[in-house]
This record gives sequence, C-alpha cells and structure tokens, in this order.
Amino acid sequence: MTAAFVAGADVPLKRRLKRAERARQFRALGLVLPLLAFLLFTFVVPLAGMIWKSADDWEVPQVMPQTVAALKQWNGQGLPDEAAFAALAADIRTAREAGTLAVAAKRLNYIINGYRTTLLSTGRKLKEQPAPGTAKDTLIGIAPAWGERESWTAIKSASGPVTSYYLLAAVDLTRNADGAIVAAPPDQAIYRDVFIRTFTIGFGVTALCLILGFPVAYLLANLPTGRSNLLMIFVLLPFWTSLLVRTCAWIVILQSEGIVNGSLQWLGVIDEPLRLIYNRFGVYMAMTHVLLPFMILPLYSVMRGISPAYMRAAASLGAPPTTAFLRIYLPQTIPGIGAGCLLVFILAIGYYITPALVGGAADQMISSFIAFYTTETVNWGLASALGAVLLLSTLVLALVYGKLALGRQTTGGLKN
Amino acid sequence: MDGGMIATTDTLVRFTGVQKTYDGEHLVVKSLDLDIRKGEFLTLLGPSGSGKTTTLMMLAGFEVPTHGEIFIGDRPIKNMPPHKRDIGMVFQNYALFPHLTIEENVAFPLSVRGVPKAEVKERVKAALDMIKLGNLANRRPGQLSGGQQQRVALARALVFNPALVLMDEPLGALDKRLREHMQLEIKRLHETMGLTVVYVTHDQGEALTMSDRIAVFNDGIVQQIDRPDALYERPVNSFVANFIGENNVLSGVVENIEQGWARVALDAGGSVVAQAVNIGGAGNRTSLSLRPERVAIETGDSGDSSMNRLPATLTDLIYLGDHTLAVLNTPANPEFMVKLPAGSYAGLVPGQDVYIAFRPEDCRALDPV
Ligand SMILES: Nc1ncnc2c1ncn2[C@@H]1O[C@H](COP(=O)(O)OP(=O)(O)OP(=O)(O)O)[C@@H](O)[C@H]1O
Ligand SMILES: [Mg+2]
Repeated sequence: MTAAFVAGADVPLKRRLKRAERARQFRALGLVLPLLAFLLFTFVVPLAGMIWKSADDWEVPQVMPQTVAALKQWNGQGLPDEAAFAALAADIRTAREAGTLAVAAKRLNYIINGYRTTLLSTGRKLKEQPAPGTAKDTLIGIAPAWGERESWTAIKSASGPVTSYYLLAAVDLTRNADGAIVAAPPDQAIYRDVFIRTFTIGFGVTALCLILGFPVAYLLANLPTGRSNLLMIFVLLPFWTSLLVRTCAWIVILQSEGIVNGSLQWLGVIDEPLRLIYNRFGVYMAMTHVLLPFMILPLYSVMRGISPAYMRAAASLGAPPTTAFLRIYLPQTIPGIGAGCLLVFILAIGYYITPALVGGAADQMISSFIAFYTTETVNWGLASALGAVLLLSTLVLALVYGKLALGRQTTGGLKN
Repeated sequence: MDGGMIATTDTLVRFTGVQKTYDGEHLVVKSLDLDIRKGEFLTLLGPSGSGKTTTLMMLAGFEVPTHGEIFIGDRPIKNMPPHKRDIGMVFQNYALFPHLTIEENVAFPLSVRGVPKAEVKERVKAALDMIKLGNLANRRPGQLSGGQQQRVALARALVFNPALVLMDEPLGALDKRLREHMQLEIKRLHETMGLTVVYVTHDQGEALTMSDRIAVFNDGIVQQIDRPDALYERPVNSFVANFIGENNVLSGVVENIEQGWARVALDAGGSVVAQAVNIGGAGNRTSLSLRPERVAIETGDSGDSSMNRLPATLTDLIYLGDHTLAVLNTPANPEFMVKLPAGSYAGLVPGQDVYIAFRPEDCRALDPV
C-alpha cells in the first residue's frame, strides 16, 4: 500500500485528481452521446440552417452575375455606367432563357414594390442584346425605372453573399438607398407589434397558468396517494386528445351560438351573445387550457419534495399559516415556478394553431407569420429571420432564468 | 407509581381522558391522563406504533384529540392553533428550512414574533454561541453535518424561550457516540435554562439517563409513569418489566397471598415467595419478574431459608468486562440470565449443576404474559 502511494507521489495531486475526473467525464459523455448525435441532426443542424437562411442572399448573384460584377465599382451615386446597363441586359436575357428571372424578380421586389413588373416586362420586351453603347437608352426606353438610382442600389444591396435585409425587416428596420439603417415604411412595419403581442400573450398565459396551476399542484402534492393519482389523471387528460380537437372544442363552447352563450341567454343573464371567441379572450382561454399541465407538472414535482414537516416546524415556531406559506413554502417552490413559467412561456410564444383558430386578426402571433412566409409566399429569408429573432429573445429569457435559478441554488438540505 | 395523577400547582400541561383514532376503527391513543410538571424532563418511551408521536402531535396542535381535553395551565387548547401554543418543537429529521441560512433559521421564530432586529441579532448570536456554532451562521443546513443540524434545530426551538419544548426522537438519526454527546448537551440545556421538556424515544438507555420521569407507552396506553430508578426497580406490569432492562420471567399460579407476599407454584415445579404487585387472588396465573443482577448463583445449600432457591444447570459464561453474564437452564426458564460482578464467578464451569437464589423482595409477581 505504501509502495502504491509512493509510486504516484511524483505526480502532483491536482493532476492525478484531474486524470481521475477525466475518466469519469468520458463515461458520462458516452452515456449522452446518442442523444447528442440525435440532437445534432434534428435540432442543431436545422437551427443552423435557419439562421444561415436568414442572412443568405443567393438569388441576385446567381441570376445576375454580370450585373453584380459590374456594380462592384459603382459608388452608389448617380447612375452606373454604360457597362453596367449592358451587363444587366445580358443577364436579363440569359436569365429569361433559363427561366430564372422570376427568382431574382421576387427577391428584388422585397426591396422595391413593383420591381418584379419592371424586371419581367424588361425581359419580355428586350428582344436582343442592345448594340454597344446603346444599352442605357434601350433599357430606360423599355422601363423608365432603370433611369432611377434606387433600382440600381436595390441590385447592389441584394448582390450577396449575405444580407442584413431579412433580420432588419424582422424588427421593422430597413436600409435606405444610401445604405443607412432607417425605420421601415409604416405599411411594412408590423413585426415589432407582432413580437410585442406574442410576448404579451406569452406572459399573460404564463401568469394565468401559474395562478390556476399553483393551487392544483399543491393539492396534488398533499393529497393522499389514491386521490392525488385520480386528480393527476384529470390534469393529464388534455394530453390524451389532440391539440386541434381541444381547440375546436373551445370553438364549440365559446362561439356566439355556443354552450356558454346559450346557457347565459337561457338563464336571462345576457340578451346579446357575448363575444368570447375570435378575440384575445378566446386566445387566453384556449392557450391557458392547453398549457396548464406544463405548469402543474414541474410545480408538482418540486412540491412533492417539500416535506410537510417544514410547515409544521414553521407553525411550531410561531408563524401563522400565511407567514409560514410566504416565508417557508413559497421560496422552496421557486425552482418549480421558474421551470413551469419558462416551459409555458416558451411553448406559448411558439403557438400558432390555437391563436389561428380561436383568435381574431389582431391576435395572430409571430409563429403564424413564420408559417405564412414558409408555406404561403415561400419567403424563407424573412421566415428564418423572424424565427431567429424569436429564438434570440427566448434565449435571453432562458439566460435570465438560469442566472436567477443559479443565484438561488442551495445545496439541498435534508428532506424528510 | 408515584404522583402522575396528583394535580399539583406546578402542573404545566394536563391530558385528561384523551383518545385519538385516525381511521375511526381503532384507538391509537386509548385513554391518556398525563400531567407534565413545570421544569421537568419527561420522556415518552415505548415501542414503535405505541402512540408517542401522536401524543406529541396532539400537544403541539397538529392533530386533534378525538376525545378528551388537553390543558396548558388552566386553558383548554382544543381551539388554539399551533402557532399560538408557544411550544418549541424539535423534529426527528430537524426540519431546518433549506433555503435559509443557519442564522435565518434560528432568527425565524423571533422575526415572526416581531422582535426588533437588533434584539433578534443579539439573541440569535447568543443561541448559536450556546450550541457552539457561531462560526457557521452563514451556512445553509445542507452544508452541515447531522449533529450540527440537530444542534441548530435545538437552538431554533429554544431561542424564543417557549414554555414547553417537544422533541420527537431528536437523536434517532445520529451515530452512537454523537448521540451520547447530544444527550449530555440536551440535558445541560434543560438544567441551565430550566426548560420543560417532553422527549420521545424508543431507546430505553436514553430515557433512563436523561429523564426526570418516564412514561412507558404501549398500545395506546401509558403503562407506567415514574422516575427511571423506580421504573427499573419496581415495574408495575410485565410489559414494563420486559421493556425496561433485562428481565427473567418465571410463570406460575398464585397459591395464596398474605400481607403483600404471594406464594407462587411454578409451572415447572417448585414454589417461590414473591412480592404481590399486579395479580388477582389465589388461583390466578402470574409471571414473576427477576432482574439478572438480583440473583445469586450458589453451588451448595447456604441454608438461608429467607431466600428462594431453584435448581439450575449452568450452560454458558459470557465475559463482558465489568461483569460476567451467566446463562442457566432451569426447568422454569431455559435461558435464565444472571449478572455476576467481575471476579465473582471463580470455580464455576459450564455444565455444572447449581442453584439460583433470590430474595422475595427482588421477585415481583406481575400480570401473566
Ligand atoms: N396520520 C396517520 N394516519 C393514520 N394512522 C396513523 C397516522 N399517524 C400514525 N398513525 C398510526 O397510529 C399509530 C401510532 O403512531 P405513532 O406515530 O404515534 O407511533 P409512535 O409511538 O410515534 O411510533 P414510532 O416510535 O415508530 O415513531 C400507528 O399504528 C400508526 O400506524
Ligand atoms: Mg414516532
């Protein structure tokens, strides 16, 4: 034994500890490796793809390579030179033959409304490559827009390889013809409002879930096992039916001719049906219902671990029930409150089926817009940018939570 | 059997006819009449499930008696909520608040009473110094050893000078050495602060060393309440005799009773004279109780006719340092034990035929087991 001790003695203790720890860490890593691989392909890669898409600017460089090259030297003041016009004409003709002109037209139309018409009609009318030196006059002759500086700055700003256009647009900003960041025109500046609405609904639903879920979780954690199991089944019941069915059930219940209005009218409480759905009220109602279990479960699991002995101890030490609750019980449930709120909030701000079905036009959340841009207009750039902004704000919140949770962390203490 | 029933002016708590059932079918506490005197150290001792914790919980206000009444002073406390009872409680698993530091834990009972901040600080410091943990004031309970946590729990229960301190197996989770240390500490606090303590344990050694009086519980009934020495020397029934200390049992039938002395015919033959303590009249069955250190081993007939004498065969001698344990086979009890003082067993060898001899006053005739 002494020999073994001496044999390692020349290696510093710290290093030996590190070596021993490393083996343990490798083993731990081995255990989570399959999950990490899975997450890499199903989460990290798509996420990275999404973030890349929000900055990727491939359309114009690919469709109009000569114009992009010719505009490299242009300083953005006045109109570009004759060579640029010639390059544009050549690009338009090539693209039209290849059938890719619409791709560039769509991208440029984001920047200037009507660009698509300009480009496509130029393509149609440009029968042959203009003779050298006449490209400028020919193009302006076909479409006067080519005589405007903005048409050219649009191409230059979209000439890749990356752009801040989508990300700026996602927060209602844009670049003017001089490249400075300015507020987007009012008809396009909608996303800030949508983000604010999304977070307002998120906070509201989280608060409602907490208020409704806390007493239920407390009851669950403190009832005798048999009855708490029964109650737990009721809590989990919503998970047994699909989200769509549950949301549609709310429509049946809350609509003008629905159960609630029908009963109230029958009872004579109201004369006109109340507007309970296709507005913010319906959104809060349906989303709170759907998300309540996500609040109750983490709260329950934390409360389960809080021994009733603490409340008894507090009472025996002279604390009235309210004081004991506020000073002893509540602080110990904070990890559960934090986890539940984070979970509900993050799920809530990602919801779009429920608001789409039971909300009005002014209740649509950011996900509806993301879905709209991916499935309806196929504007991946803007959809990704909105997603990235949502992700970023969620991350910030999670970090704040992490900071708070870590600050409160205790090393446990005996549970009994 | 001294004055558990005598109502003196210094009675702090009184249980009268208290019963408790949880399920409405059987009584966990059957009929409890108990006086707790001011300044005494009373221990509730009994096997698991005998209703000790239930009794304590009724006193602390966490359980309601099904029947009967509990008084603190002259006041019935049926409708008094726990936080108004002014009872300090130490729980088996300490129940220190995990999210508060040691200092905040000990300050808790003072701050909920609205004691001014400066005074709280002072008293907490004094309490932590008393348990010698002043240097750990800013740690959390999870960072303390079991013994340290127990001391904090003690300080927290004492810091607000409660009229009464309840402790439910406070040392159950500690190892033997620490337990003995803490026993002394609790005893010291009891004496220096003049506390009234109700202490629950199922460790009889702990009960005997610490208590002024012990209430022996079994099956929801207080079997006997008395001073430790009286409990050991003069058990009133077989349960107490067997529960406290070592006990030899001899079964038989009462032949006659005369002036407190009973002649008992043993089932295995022979008859002895014993103190009649807890028996019916002649013809009733009885169990005789004999403490191992009150019995002598004789190799021949000493001729002392005032002693009871029974034949036996020595089967084993177990050396235990300060004494030697002799195990004997008598017709009435095949595992009869005798404690011999160190050095007094010279000449005895296992297998030898001997006599066990004991005085009638050391042999108590109790209810049959
Ligand atoms: N909350 C309860 N509900 C139902 N029965 C209970 C409850 N608490 C205790 N009991 C029952 O009451 C009886 C007495 O319990 P109690 O806790 O008073 O025993 P104890 O003497 O403290 O035992 P131990 O030494 O094991 O702590 C037991 O049979 C127990 O099962
Ligand atoms: Mg108990």
